Amino acid sequence: MGTILEVQDLKKYFRTPRGMLHAVDGINFKLEEGQTLGVVGESGCGKSTLGRTILHLLDSDGGKIIFDGKDITQMTKKELKESRKEMQLIFQDPFSSLNPRMSVSELIAEPLKLFREYSKPEINNKVSELMEVVGLAERLSNAYPHELDGGRRQRIGIARALALDPKFIVCDEPVSALDVSIQAQILNLMQDLQEEKGLTYLFITHDLSVVKHISNQIMVMYLGNTVELADHEELFKNQYHPYTKALLSAIPMPVVGRKKEKILLKGEITMPIDPKPGCRFAPRCPYACEECHAKDPELVEVTEGHYVACHKVKEINHL
Amino acid sequence: MQDSFLDIKDLVIHYSTADGEVEAVNGISFSLNKGETLGLVGETGAGKTTTALGILRLVPNPPGKILSGEINFEGRDLLKLSEKEMRKVRGNKISMIFQDPMTSLNPVITVGDQIVEAISQHYKMPASEAVKKACEMLEKVGISAERFHEYPHQFSGGMKQRVVIAIALACNPTLLLADEPTTALDVTIQAQVLELMAELKNELNTSMILITHDLGVVAEVCDKVAIMYAGEIVEIGTLEQVYNNTGHPHTEGLFGSIPDMESKEKRLHPIQGLMPDPSNLPKGCSFAPRCPYKTDKCEEQNPESVELESGHLVKCWHCINKK
Repeated sequence: MGTILEVQDLKKYFRTPRGMLHAVDGINFKLEEGQTLGVVGESGCGKSTLGRTILHLLDSDGGKIIFDGKDITQMTKKELKESRKEMQLIFQDPFSSLNPRMSVSELIAEPLKLFREYSKPEINNKVSELMEVVGLAERLSNAYPHELDGGRRQRIGIARALALDPKFIVCDEPVSALDVSIQAQILNLMQDLQEEKGLTYLFITHDLSVVKHISNQIMVMYLGNTVELADHEELFKNQYHPYTKALLSAIPMPVVGRKKEKILLKGEITMPIDPKPGCRFAPRCPYACEECHAKDPELVEVTEGHYVACHKVKEINHL
Repeated sequence: MQDSFLDIKDLVIHYSTADGEVEAVNGISFSLNKGETLGLVGETGAGKTTTALGILRLVPNPPGKILSGEINFEGRDLLKLSEKEMRKVRGNKISMIFQDPMTSLNPVITVGDQIVEAISQHYKMPASEAVKKACEMLEKVGISAERFHEYPHQFSGGMKQRVVIAIALACNPTLLLADEPTTALDVTIQAQVLELMAELKNELNTSMILITHDLGVVAEVCDKVAIMYAGEIVEIGTLEQVYNNTGHPHTEGLFGSIPDMESKEKRLHPIQGLMPDPSNLPKGCSFAPRCPYKTDKCEEQNPESVELESGHLVKCWHCINKK
């Protein structure tokens, strides 16, 4: 299987009254077909902006997004609309991402109508097929979103994303708003769909246990930069970046009597407005030295397939 | 246990709505000793928050009503107190931390004044002394007293939650009800806030009821845990009893739904189906429609709690691990 998506030095800045906000600042990765890349980070690290910029819902300010061999940033409007069929988005909040005045079947039919390629009976067939695929009962087709619980609403969101047979789906915190038992049902559904249809996912979340479960590769973001990128098992075995270490140690584990050594970070995530050169994590980093405050660290391969952006990675980890 | 300091017996809270009687809390009983922390775990709509509001007698009435039960707190039944006496308990002896720090603070009053307000409600002291006490509280939760005159919008989410904690602890309460105090926060901030709460709780010897849906948080903070489902406590016991010796199928389902960080299992084992509508609960065991172990008996009779070990109660006809 080949590379379906390649992102090179992607940048997205926002103009704010206080200066340029570097929301996504030089992200690079490759995604193989049928695989899942998990993007983790705290609120404000730019993970949702990354997802939206890749889909070109937000114009990028630099870099390339090569999807299926073509650079999306250079496409005309018409080409872009065509490529939208291949790339879809599942939203975080199933409560606000569905039009409350459309019934379930109308909601699922909407993307199909948009491309005017299907006749009415075809659309109806397709809708009932999609409802079955995502596990929505036939009787719900005339129900409205407010009558349904969060799990079922998220299933509508998934059905809408699948309607045009995409190859690639950006999942922006698709299970964060759901209870654990419902969350598990949706995660299982997404995995089944991936296997059946060979989908590729970019899975954005702040929940590390979910990302470990569903991803093949994991990228950890901090203030618009990639700090660590590795295979999912490798990342949970060896964390080389001090931020990843702290992030993993902060997860409460549902096991009794195992007191982990917690690395408590001082301070909070700031905003990358007109950032000065230097590691963006340095102000909170226990190992920060002069070099960290002066020079941007580059993402380097530390062990095979394991990339880390830290000046002191060798010292900290005795590599 | 005569000496337990909070003892709840058969608490029943219903809401009367246009769609019928919503049975939010159906006869729950538990007790808590001084300095102990109980984790109250359950899915959305299990009745966790209603239980906490019931203890404070803050269930919105109408439509809500505490129908029966006893809440014995430090030797008095809270349900028998007059409204005036109850006001002396709230915020003073028992205080509450709410889930969303963004909405539980008043946006047009400085954080310092909000702490002073809590103190001067319950203690007669000169204003200057109350301000001094408020500054102490701010320092205690890790906020510099210089920020006394700032407004909530100038604080980040984690900082706001610290202010809420400072207000809750300002009068040295003996019981703290924390309703999902860290759900709205990022993990690294959650770790900071949990650490702070544990420290202050030990320092002030406060008992705590921690409401959450995160079994990981419970494992780190609590001594005892109660699992709620459809308004009932289906399993209660010490951490070891519930986590290592799970008795109820619903608890088992909750554990099966959490992606395990260590195992390599590819599939999760969630509970099938959805929680029943609390205005239309099934006749027998309320978990029966989703239970993989159910029999005819489960659908007809509501099970009694069985004591597996001392203090480990399970409300099920077929406890998974009958010894």
